[in-house]
Amino acid sequence: MTLLQVKDLTLGIHGTNILSHINLSIAPGEIVAVTGESGSGKSMTALAVMQLLPNGARAEGSILLDGQEVLNRPEPEMCQLRGSSIGMVFQEPMTALNPVKTIGDQVMETILIHKAMPPAGARERAKEVLNRVGLPPDKFPLSRYPHELSGGQRQRVVIAMAIALRPRLLIADEPTTALDVTTQAQILDLLKGLVKEYDMGLLMITHDLAVVADLADQIVVMRQGKVVETGATGHLLEHMQHPYTRMLFDASGHKVTLPEPVSSTPLLEVTDVVREYRLPRHHLFAAPAQQRAVDHVSFTLNKGERLGLVGESGCGKSTLTRAILGLEQVQQGQILLDGQPVFAGHKPNLAVRRKMQVVFQDPYGSFNPRHRVARLITEPLHLLDHPPAGSERQDRIAEILTAVGLGPDDANKYVHEFSGGQRQRIAIARALIIRPALIVFDEAVSALDVSVRAQILDLLAELCAAYDLTYLFISHDLSVVRTITTRVMVMRAGKIVEQGETESVFADPQHGYTQKLIAAAPRLPELSIT
Amino acid sequence: MLRYALKRLLSLILSLAVASVVIFAVIEIAPGDPASFMLGVNAQADTLAALRAELGLDVSKVQRYFNWVSGMLVGDFGTSYTYRTPVSQMIADRLWVSLPLALYALTLSTLIAFPAGIYAAARRGKPGDLAVMGATQLGVAVPNFWFAMMLVLIFAINLRWFNAGGFSGWDTGILAGLHSLTLPAIALALPQAAILARVMRSALLDILGEDFMRTARAKGLNPRQALWRHGVRNALIPVLTIIGLQFSFLLAGSIIIEQVFYLPGLGRLVFQAISARDLIVVESVVMLLVFAVITVNFLVDLAYAAVDPRLRSRT
Amino acid sequence: MSRNLVLGACLSSLVLLAALVSFVWTPYNYAALNIPDKLQSPNTQHWFGTDHFGRDIFSMIMVGARTSIAVALVAVGIGMALGVPLGLAAAARKGSWLDEVIMRGNDLVFAFPSLVIAILITAVFGAGAVNAIIAIGIFNIPVFARITRGAALSLWEREFILAARVAGKGAARISIEHILPNVANLLIVQGTIQFSLGILAEAGLSYVGLGAQPPTPSWGRMLADAQTMVSFAPHLALIPGFAIIVTVLGLNLLGDGLRDWLDPRIRVARV
Repeated sequence: MTLLQVKDLTLGIHGTNILSHINLSIAPGEIVAVTGESGSGKSMTALAVMQLLPNGARAEGSILLDGQEVLNRPEPEMCQLRGSSIGMVFQEPMTALNPVKTIGDQVMETILIHKAMPPAGARERAKEVLNRVGLPPDKFPLSRYPHELSGGQRQRVVIAMAIALRPRLLIADEPTTALDVTTQAQILDLLKGLVKEYDMGLLMITHDLAVVADLADQIVVMRQGKVVETGATGHLLEHMQHPYTRMLFDASGHKVTLPEPVSSTPLLEVTDVVREYRLPRHHLFAAPAQQRAVDHVSFTLNKGERLGLVGESGCGKSTLTRAILGLEQVQQGQILLDGQPVFAGHKPNLAVRRKMQVVFQDPYGSFNPRHRVARLITEPLHLLDHPPAGSERQDRIAEILTAVGLGPDDANKYVHEFSGGQRQRIAIARALIIRPALIVFDEAVSALDVSVRAQILDLLAELCAAYDLTYLFISHDLSVVRTITTRVMVMRAGKIVEQGETESVFADPQHGYTQKLIAAAPRLPELSIT
Repeated sequence: MLRYALKRLLSLILSLAVASVVIFAVIEIAPGDPASFMLGVNAQADTLAALRAELGLDVSKVQRYFNWVSGMLVGDFGTSYTYRTPVSQMIADRLWVSLPLALYALTLSTLIAFPAGIYAAARRGKPGDLAVMGATQLGVAVPNFWFAMMLVLIFAINLRWFNAGGFSGWDTGILAGLHSLTLPAIALALPQAAILARVMRSALLDILGEDFMRTARAKGLNPRQALWRHGVRNALIPVLTIIGLQFSFLLAGSIIIEQVFYLPGLGRLVFQAISARDLIVVESVVMLLVFAVITVNFLVDLAYAAVDPRLRSRT
Repeated sequence: MSRNLVLGACLSSLVLLAALVSFVWTPYNYAALNIPDKLQSPNTQHWFGTDHFGRDIFSMIMVGARTSIAVALVAVGIGMALGVPLGLAAAARKGSWLDEVIMRGNDLVFAFPSLVIAILITAVFGAGAVNAIIAIGIFNIPVFARITRGAALSLWEREFILAARVAGKGAARISIEHILPNVANLLIVQGTIQFSLGILAEAGLSYVGLGAQPPTPSWGRMLADAQTMVSFAPHLALIPGFAIIVTVLGLNLLGDGLRDWLDPRIRVARV
């Protein structure tokens, strides 16, 4: 018996083809994961089931829920189905809740809008489901507002709203992508438990193959609006038919080989650094509280070393990064690059700045959209006493663009003409052009699709060999850090709790937090890589 | 919440203090001595000195400033140079016209703008939306005093539904008073309503793109329910800002509109005072207007906190 | 190119053209009194009719356009020239005393509607077009300072600004090189809207006698003169009113059209 049956679903928006001939089915109590890279149409498939498609969308084929046609059903009937027979959980818990309504009101609304219970009953049910998703009413009363909760707690509220009426089908669109690994593990456990308890079907949309492998009964791999491969999880992982599926799994567990570091002279010395922020006062006359974002951090980065820094959001790694880059002054301690302080007096030290560059996460926000690539990547040259000019400058641009896998002709283009992966190459070119002693990679591959990420990691490995790079690689993604660094530091609540050789830290973590972090990270099954 | 309110109150007092210094300083720049202006060029020195003492002009500037401010705090705005009557009495009489007019207009503007803005947002891109947007585009472009003249031409001169001008006073009854303020209030309100409706619409359209609106739809709310239950209250945050700003425009606008309808309000008072160089009246009326604007903005800040729980708990 | 943009540009250039042509040619001398021809309705001789002194209204409207545009343009210029640098500086030093002073100063000026500023100035220095320019100009400063600061603040969080800082560029240089070009569209659109508001404000100030003084023709004062005669010569009130509406409508449509054309995400402040 199937709960959801999608047959031959084809979808176009304003004439552009988005989905072609999608087939999938979900049985009660079954978890079906739809996976693929951006643009594969996986989210649109979920929205088609909800019939919450953008304006101008036209769908053909058939979507049967419990044997009833959902596609092109009149809107009032769909409103009755949504929330009661189908629930949905979205990616961004921070914005998925109405900021001006209490969580109780928002959970009760699902029940009241369907007139399923009188208000008193709805209230009881709201308490009950909030308790079920891990927000017991004695600690999280119904009168809480969303901004008083963390991201993971908000996602629990969203889940409570979706399951309040015990829908037969739950759709989760990247429900853990915006969350930290330990929170992700808890939310995934919760979803798994709910599916079992309520005998629901779960349609899970995710780009993360490790999550897929861990959670799903069935896998549907999509690419450019088509299903390329589908099957039961265990079977599919062992017998991948389609080359794209194989490529996807290979790229997810991509490993690179780094050249051995050559010297052991210290390059970056961070000693006892403290950075505090003032928090808003709780009472009118209370002294303002301080939040210590970086708490007595010390470490040394040697020349030629590739150091990783991992930690969850809010652990202070961004603040530490900004302090190292000289974007913010620290209250205590010292940061030396090549023996010179990053901050001289109250001003950033320009002599030090020219030895250090950065690559950021967002390939879209990293560039001034009004400048051409040549001007973008040469911006750091301004730090030199005698910046190259004329043909020397042209040669430098051509050389560096070639080194990152682009062509000299790309210098005259604007950044919007490039894809996300290419933009990250441009960002690396901008960092390299001044031949810095140290490059800081701040979540530099986190926004990229797995296949693109693999290419950028390869590029980094090549550049390590060619330019003898020293870098600090900051990331929340443990699998990436594991392959691209030789030494790693684990940060939590402003402190470095563990540091050591990357392989030994990952293989044999000493600190309890590191152990928890590594245990929570979903892992790709080994067999898929062969 | 209390801390938030106290903080805003402190900022209100500070703004008023700075504003009073600015107004006093500007008026001080005015050339000439009010006493000699009042008595003419041939005045005797001792009469002049007596008048200066009577008007409180014989002390230092700093002393005069503090006299002025401390007087205002207890409702004493000084004595008019031309009429020799207390300024506070003159202002109080006129305020009973100008303030009801501004409030009347604000009420009308809000009553028109909210439904129009919500209607347009709910029907984005459809004929209803285009009609509302076209009308507001025109409404924004019409000068309110010209619109007032047209209202007089149509409803007073041709149709004779209203008097062309003047104010019956509140003594003859509230309804009669409101009746004579109706045309001025409409003239003031419609252009402001056009702006407010546009702001309401665009605030709602912004909210419609928010993730939580999609969540609401996924719960089974239809588009209209989602708009009313989740959209409107969130859209109120930017709309409140505009309502606060509009109050000052209505107050200032009422000064102009009073000229069209020959209403005995603050506007008439201030123009008479300017031509008579009765600077103490100008000074006091301006301070009063600025006080009203700053106070309304304070109230708007408090209203934010009522609408947005994030503001309430931040403090 | 949207319909708004084309229509707005046409209406605005029509008014601008009338103002420019009035320097070299008007059908009649706008100031010439001709009592025998007074209060004529629009006809072939006088396209827009004549006023109570027999002056040609078409000529007065043309020259009045000059006054309106000059006052509004200079006022917007003042607002931009002072407001934009203030906004950039406040954003560059976010949270510092400088930012605080600029923002509090902004709030303070917002408490003085331009009419109130005009009343103060007139009370002290007497009436005139320059007063109107100063009054509207002062009120424009916080408008531009605020929107510039708001837009600049979000840009300062962007990674390309961080990259420029890592490249060792100072706040002033980043503000001019990176921030200003990226807020230019917003400033153009807001400038158009403020221009139209300036036209309205100038008309209001002239109407109550705080703007341009005779003999300089202005639309607002033409309306003030027409007020007592509106019952028997409505064209005296209708025509200057239409002139104002056409100009303001044209500029508003132009502003909206420019926004849609340059960047639909721009949010215009309209007060």
